[in-house]
Amino acid sequence: MIYFSLFYEFFKAGLFAVGGGLATIPFMKEISIKTGWFTLSQLTDMIAVSESTPGPMGVNCATYVGYETAGILGGIIATLGLIAPSIIVIIIISKILEKFRNNKYVDAAFFGLRAASVALIADAGVSVAELTFIKTGSTVLEMINWQSIVLSAVILYFSRWCKPTKKLHPIVFIGFAALMGIIFSL
Amino acid sequence: MLFDLFITFAKIGVMTFGGGYAMLPILQRELVENKGWSTEEDLADYFAIGQCTPGIIAINTATFIGTKQKGIIGGIVASLGMVFPSLVIITLIATVLTTFSELEIVKHAFAGIRVAVCVLIFNSVLKLMKGAIKDYYALFIFIGIFLVALFTSVSTVWLIIASAIFGILINTLVKKKGDKTK
Repeated sequence: MIYFSLFYEFFKAGLFAVGGGLATIPFMKEISIKTGWFTLSQLTDMIAVSESTPGPMGVNCATYVGYETAGILGGIIATLGLIAPSIIVIIIISKILEKFRNNKYVDAAFFGLRAASVALIADAGVSVAELTFIKTGSTVLEMINWQSIVLSAVILYFSRWCKPTKKLHPIVFIGFAALMGIIFSL
Repeated sequence: MLFDLFITFAKIGVMTFGGGYAMLPILQRELVENKGWSTEEDLADYFAIGQCTPGIIAINTATFIGTKQKGIIGGIVASLGMVFPSLVIITLIATVLTTFSELEIVKHAFAGIRVAVCVLIFNSVLKLMKGAIKDYYALFIFIGIFLVALFTSVSTVWLIIASAIFGILINTLVKKKGDKTK
């Protein structure tokens, strides 16, 4: 029963992949090798599409793999399999937290957790920045993607300092950047 | 309310490009500023837990906020809302356009989008820092974890666990009574 195996395999990926969508990729590879539902080169394409479409990457990837394997229903079932462990685990944690949120030690733990959480987000930002601002080249000057630097300065100005535009919805800046990317062939 | 949860998270799903972190600026706008369903501090907490528990961060955060608003059903509905756009868009693309990510125009658009995502994450981090880092102890943890994450490949799970232990140690051993731990 392909639907059952799909659900099971993605449930496993959801349960053991800790972190962002990228953490699910090793599991997708394993599924590919184990089941032969799709090839590794197909998987590479699917990851590329998942990264370049709206929605969290992990979810996109599950939908795509499920669809390629067993059609529309396959896509839905793989996705539900992937998110089921999250939903179960987080509902349990959130119920426990409700009870202990005011506990002295829990509060103290969150003091550390919150700072670490922001640090990890900053670190993820640095990784995206590396991909965005650094390209291959023989000298340091050639390795810097100047067009992207200029665009980022423009967006930074309009999203932080320019009074009339800084309250705009983030999606406006994303749309603007996409348009600039097309116009200037970033 | 349930419908509102579904629609709000579906909207967030449509506007997220990349991983869970890229979603942060959108979450801040929609959940903290527009709906008032969460504070900046809670959002940092959810991300912290989301990073060290199974599953992808985007879904973990959606489940958290949904559960807080409307219990277990709320958590499920918010997560389903979050994945709904992916299901529709990916299915359409997979049926019609398998070469989608190879199109020149898509490549350029995404090169641009990545720039915006960088800047928006930067802005989000500054906003979160205001809530999360209120004294030198927190700043110390922030810098320490940031450097370790940047230069080593220690698993996120361990960093999160270590920071919780630091938090407890600092608050129970170092800070004296009357030293407000907020």
